[in-house]
Amino acid sequence: MINESIIILRFEWLIALMIVVLFVLNLMGVDKNPKRFMNIVNAMLVINFVAGFIPIKDGYLFQGFYHTTALIVLEKNILNLGLMLIAFSAKQWIIESKRPAEFFILMFSSVLGMYVMLSSGHILVLYLGLELSSLPLAALAAFNTDSRKSSEAGVKYILSSAFSTGITLFGISLLYGAVGNLGFDAIIQHIHEDALTLTAFVFILAGFSFKMSIVPFHMWTADVFEGAPTPVTNYLAVVSKGSVIFIFITVLYTVFGKLENAWLLAISVLSVLSMTVGNIFALRQQNLKRFLAFSSIAQVGFVLVGIAGASNMGTDSVVYFLVIYLLSNIALFSIVEAISDETGKVTISDYKGLYKSNPFYAIIFTVALFSLAGVPPTAGFFGKLFLLTSGMGSGMYVLLGFATINLVLSLYTYLRVVKAMFIDPEEERMPLIKKSVLTNFVLAVCLIGIIILGFAGVFYQYIDSISSQL
Amino acid sequence: MNILSLLILIPLLTVVGILLVKSDKLIRQIALAGAVLQLLFSGWLTAQYVSLRNAGATAQMLFESSRVWFRPLGINYHIGVDGISLVMILLTAAVVLAGVLVSWKIEKQVKEFFFMLLLLSVGAYGFFISLNLFSMFFFLELAVIPKYLLIGIWGTGKKENNAMKLALMLMTGSALVFLGIVGLYFASGWYGGEHTWDIMKLSHMHLPMNVQVIIYFLTFIGFGVFTGMFPFHTWAPDGHSSAPTAASMFLAGISMKLGGYGLLRVATYLMPDAAREYSWIFIIPATIAIFYGALATLMQKDLKYMNAYSSVSHVGFVVLGVAMITKVAFAGAVLQMVSHGIMTALFFAAIGMIYDRAHTRMSNELGGVLKQMPFIGTIFFIAGLTSLGLPGFSGFVSEMTVFVGSWEHTGLFYRIATILAAASIVITAVYILRATGLAIWGTITKKEYALLKDAGWNERWAAIILIAGIVLIGLAPFLFMHLINADVQEIFNRLAAG
Repeated sequence: MINESIIILRFEWLIALMIVVLFVLNLMGVDKNPKRFMNIVNAMLVINFVAGFIPIKDGYLFQGFYHTTALIVLEKNILNLGLMLIAFSAKQWIIESKRPAEFFILMFSSVLGMYVMLSSGHILVLYLGLELSSLPLAALAAFNTDSRKSSEAGVKYILSSAFSTGITLFGISLLYGAVGNLGFDAIIQHIHEDALTLTAFVFILAGFSFKMSIVPFHMWTADVFEGAPTPVTNYLAVVSKGSVIFIFITVLYTVFGKLENAWLLAISVLSVLSMTVGNIFALRQQNLKRFLAFSSIAQVGFVLVGIAGASNMGTDSVVYFLVIYLLSNIALFSIVEAISDETGKVTISDYKGLYKSNPFYAIIFTVALFSLAGVPPTAGFFGKLFLLTSGMGSGMYVLLGFATINLVLSLYTYLRVVKAMFIDPEEERMPLIKKSVLTNFVLAVCLIGIIILGFAGVFYQYIDSISSQL
Repeated sequence: MNILSLLILIPLLTVVGILLVKSDKLIRQIALAGAVLQLLFSGWLTAQYVSLRNAGATAQMLFESSRVWFRPLGINYHIGVDGISLVMILLTAAVVLAGVLVSWKIEKQVKEFFFMLLLLSVGAYGFFISLNLFSMFFFLELAVIPKYLLIGIWGTGKKENNAMKLALMLMTGSALVFLGIVGLYFASGWYGGEHTWDIMKLSHMHLPMNVQVIIYFLTFIGFGVFTGMFPFHTWAPDGHSSAPTAASMFLAGISMKLGGYGLLRVATYLMPDAAREYSWIFIIPATIAIFYGALATLMQKDLKYMNAYSSVSHVGFVVLGVAMITKVAFAGAVLQMVSHGIMTALFFAAIGMIYDRAHTRMSNELGGVLKQMPFIGTIFFIAGLTSLGLPGFSGFVSEMTVFVGSWEHTGLFYRIATILAAASIVITAVYILRATGLAIWGTITKKEYALLKDAGWNERWAAIILIAGIVLIGLAPFLFMHLINADVQEIFNRLAAG
């Protein structure tokens, strides 16, 4: 029994262990030497990432409160990859921040929450995980204590997060009233479409929408993304959002599977709103972090198109797309971070002529943007189109029409940045950015991933084989 | 490995080679070597194809091979060629080689330029050999975005706006195509028993009429945007005229043909019932494009705009041929694609050479080009004569075939369309002869023009390759007819069978 709980809970144990190690290191004063400390943390993250691939059997714990499947393991591995890459690319910033232990303890706590959430088999565990994953994020967003914008971001995040949590909790209590049990299995058995259940669903959906920053619950996104330190923004956009989307599919497809007729329309409306608003607002942004915030809103809109497919293909395409989304965004944010650390420049017009001054960054930035826009030969092309194909499966033709319009609109949005880097004459020459080895490594991994994944049908097939087991 | 994959592999390796070397000279040489090799290979492939056919190969596609790409979605890298795709491949190889040659003197960001140009060609080759709709679409899109950068970085005039316009309009076109092919994918599962993107499998299915109609219109309009079909032609003149010479050649010579090929292979061939019922609708925009394009050309003083509008008009014949749904008209459409592809590439090359030297493209500012630069003047004139359909050159053969095919319809509507289309040739003669008269003949208008040098070796070779193509089609059209005859028949049979 003890053995089993250690093996099945492996991901959570590892993260918890890392947190403990960080506390010990902190007590020993190792973090007084941030460079050495960072090396230890990075080594731990690599071990953590590699350990994720040790095969693990599906299993239940605590009477089904916690479970794990091959798909959940894959999702956690994806998040592990994101966590590792973000920590690598943030090395310079963390060393300068002088409080590395604090930063990583908060971040790992948040990841721990996500893993609990992903494996939850009961709504209360899900709620617990969701809370654990979002509370440390507020502290992280306000990590730059001497920056007003950062503090503002922290406050905004905690307020909106608390608000959405309240709504979710209200929905959960209504659901309990309707079904009489909060275990996933029990809900699946007893749920049926009536007014109370639908009300409960709407509240829970609203809560999730906040975390995924779906329009009209997106108000916090741009400000928090802009104000928070870039590594935190990166984490928010990629790992945090990704994990919520992962669990959202599970909840929607299995727990609320019987309400499909009801939620298809809701998801479609939210999807259209997110794509359109995200793209149109992204057009008007000058600050790249805000631009990426709105772009991520639009991307979630596309993910919802895939989810609206309401089939196996929906899960496949969403998981596949999220890997690509993760790699593309980490590449983008790492470059934004490298450049703003060095020069403090974060607007699109600052990037004019970037190709002349820093060709390496400009090329990777472009490839990542093209990947988000869905331009071949990047993997984003396949990811985007699979989402759309999935959406077509449930016959939502109007949704698909909007999605294709937004595909063109998003191309315009992203080409604007590409144009600044490649075509516009530079206004003020950007110095050659010193390249740190780790950042380059991260960018190389992202670039290779973005190119390779599109041609690796094997990976998609693997996702399909494990998602069809469910 | 399948031998056909070399068509993608050769330009791809060329692209990689370009990325690896540093010196501009070496980059040019690699690009040239890759393009020459590709043309030779395409020629060899055609010879192989013909000998296989003569030996009695009856399969619709030869050199077929299929590799699983995304198994759960039924996406395969399925390739194969028939006569129609072969002539398009030959066209692409010739135009790309000529494009590399005329870009020899480009000094700005040489590496990036040839990288983009050859990447575009990968898209075109892949498109023509794909037998799986998804991979076909992949290659179609691959041939869109590099154009944006080519025009945006190396272009002239209002390049940023025009490049953006082109990218967005083509992207919209391809989005429509995508909706259509996803529709086909699901419809094949719902009505045909198997979800598939495969053109060969889809061509044996009979989908319900109402489904066919929707998909037919989506794909026809989508590919129509690529051909510059009225009223979606506006990207063409602006895009062509802002693009650097080689990109203009590629755009008008190959890119617009991607649309034409898609019209035939996807929209018409896979939705035969809808095509039979509704293709007449597209005769209207095709005729408008032909006639209006010709009239608009009359108003142009900028030679590049002139040829761009004239391209809209000429590619209208392709759409007209496809929409006429007769065997001869189909054959005419295919011939017109090849003929116009070579002719317009030659035209843009000539205009580019003049512009490089005189730094103007205005027909009224030029004059006496022939005196000072006899070679360039001559190829401009040859391109013009082909454009206006002089017998002996390719334009005459292909347009004539379209007219003959169209005349098989007896209805008044078809007759009017055919007559209008034929009348456009007169207008073509007016603008071509006027431009030639102003710019090429006559006396030298400016003193500095007397110092201009004639074509260099690279430009001469580019022109010779293209002119050889024009003359070959013009004098020996039966060679090409022989190549495409059976395949055009196959498409027509499917339409007639219904």
